[in-house]
Amino acid sequence: MTTMKTIGEVREAIAAKKASAREIAAEHYKRIAARNPEINAFLTLCEKRAYAQADRVDAMVAAGKPLPPLAGVPLAIKDTISTRGVRTTCSSKILDNYIPPYDATAVVRLEAAGAVILGKTNCDEFAMGSSTENSAYGPVKNPVALDRVPGGSSGGSAAAVAADLAVAALGTDTGGSIRQPGALCGLPAMMGSYGRVSRYGLIAFASSLDRIGPLAQSVADVAQVLQIIAGRDPNDSTSTTAPVEDYAAGLAKPVKGMKIGIPKEYFGAGMDAGVREKVEAGITLLRKMGCDVMDIHLPHTDYAIATYYIIATAEASSNLARYDGVRFGPRVEGDSLIATYRKTRGAGFGAEVKRRIVLGTYVLSAGYYDAYYLKGQKVRALIAQDFREAFQKVDVIVTPTSPVPAFKLGERVNDPLQMYLADIYTVTGSLAGLPGISVPCGRIGGKLPVGLQVFGPAFGEAKVLRLAHAFEQAGGAAL
Amino acid sequence: MKISREDVSRVADLAYLDLGETELETYRAQIDEILEYIGKLNELDTSKVEPMAQVLADDQTADATLREDLVVPCAVADDVLAQAPDPEPPYFRVPKVIER
Repeated sequence: MTTMKTIGEVREAIAAKKASAREIAAEHYKRIAARNPEINAFLTLCEKRAYAQADRVDAMVAAGKPLPPLAGVPLAIKDTISTRGVRTTCSSKILDNYIPPYDATAVVRLEAAGAVILGKTNCDEFAMGSSTENSAYGPVKNPVALDRVPGGSSGGSAAAVAADLAVAALGTDTGGSIRQPGALCGLPAMMGSYGRVSRYGLIAFASSLDRIGPLAQSVADVAQVLQIIAGRDPNDSTSTTAPVEDYAAGLAKPVKGMKIGIPKEYFGAGMDAGVREKVEAGITLLRKMGCDVMDIHLPHTDYAIATYYIIATAEASSNLARYDGVRFGPRVEGDSLIATYRKTRGAGFGAEVKRRIVLGTYVLSAGYYDAYYLKGQKVRALIAQDFREAFQKVDVIVTPTSPVPAFKLGERVNDPLQMYLADIYTVTGSLAGLPGISVPCGRIGGKLPVGLQVFGPAFGEAKVLRLAHAFEQAGGAAL
Repeated sequence: MKISREDVSRVADLAYLDLGETELETYRAQIDEILEYIGKLNELDTSKVEPMAQVLADDQTADATLREDLVVPCAVADDVLAQAPDPEPPYFRVPKVIER
């Protein structure tokens, strides 16, 4: 079977009866069996569920019924997203044997649209990391260069799509965890605005930041998956009633004259020369496309990482209090209830998670709350204000996604602060609640992918997708 | 030094987290470096800034989107208990808490 890379190709093959949904699923499982032992993108496969869904799609084809938008499309789901009856670990030993009793809303909506869920993808433990090396089940290797990381935390989702093991995937993004692995694996990858996609069934890391979003081979596919998972869900009070635009219809609209802001602060020291060259070529391409490119300032950018690591760890220390060996996960017995909690958590969490729980508890603790947590919330307000002011003048903001291309496995594991700085361009939009996409912007030395990031104003997904699509169509990936 | 070994130990107690001797020292040094970095926020005068306590605008907040509080069936109790390390249906069993 030829490799089907897009939703359109799968739909076409199924509608024309060139391949059944079952055959397409089987082909993907064959590829997973061949490639996964090496790249470690999938942690758990759910063949029974996938084939049952594929058979439903094939029955619709046989009956001549109209096919739903993702009919037979093989997808991968990050292991921080709940799937009923399918093991969901968050790549943590503390959820090693956990089988959710319900599906996340995003999963329900994808299956209702005909998608075939192949399995669950590896990630940094509880989505804490930028390389997928913090998984309790071993690191993921970047299919583009096997000695390098795929980025993180949604590294398994990115690697699965980049290696053609799935047509698209869901990731989760708290500080860059969809966009950065998308950039490092050469894929478009998007988080919608805070509130755009229901988080019901997403296992929480930092609730004021966490979002679910798609990675795929094309911007059109990213738009299509986002369209299906977006919108109000009564089970998540942070999902909004703001209307969901028709993203596909918006993609073809012209970008000539679109006002694009380039924030100076994203081009300072610490940026790899190869990344700089490609992103500058990307900006030149945007000019050639007729966009109105202008310099802008986001003056508080330099404070974003510090702010993010206060807020994200504080929220994590609270959210992860639930892992105590009482209701789920393995338990390590102590001689009292408290000792049981302590031993269970000490044995179940990995190093990065423990480090963040300690830091998060510290910044919230008596005597330090004002100096750290409250200060962080105030600077967060300033960062959000920077963006609001910028969007008075421009339609979208364009930046690099990551200061560096995919780095070597093991290169940064012993230096948490260096690892945190990998998120320097992505955490800003996370803190401000904005939609952001990373779109391929050439490859350094013809090999290592670079991502161009596009931010839009809150609920400006259509604009963000339109520019990313136009950039892709103009040859952005081949720069 | 921003954080001492005693601080890390006290915070680990608050978080009910057992840490070994090596972990205590490794995390202390790493968190110290991170707190040093976070200290750059003090360059900013935020005395007149309101903290950002929520992300969504007022008309999009939970108040605007809270559903009606209805009783709905939830038939997953068995599935939930099946996940527990020591279930005693319909309860979760834990080590003895109250001494008589």
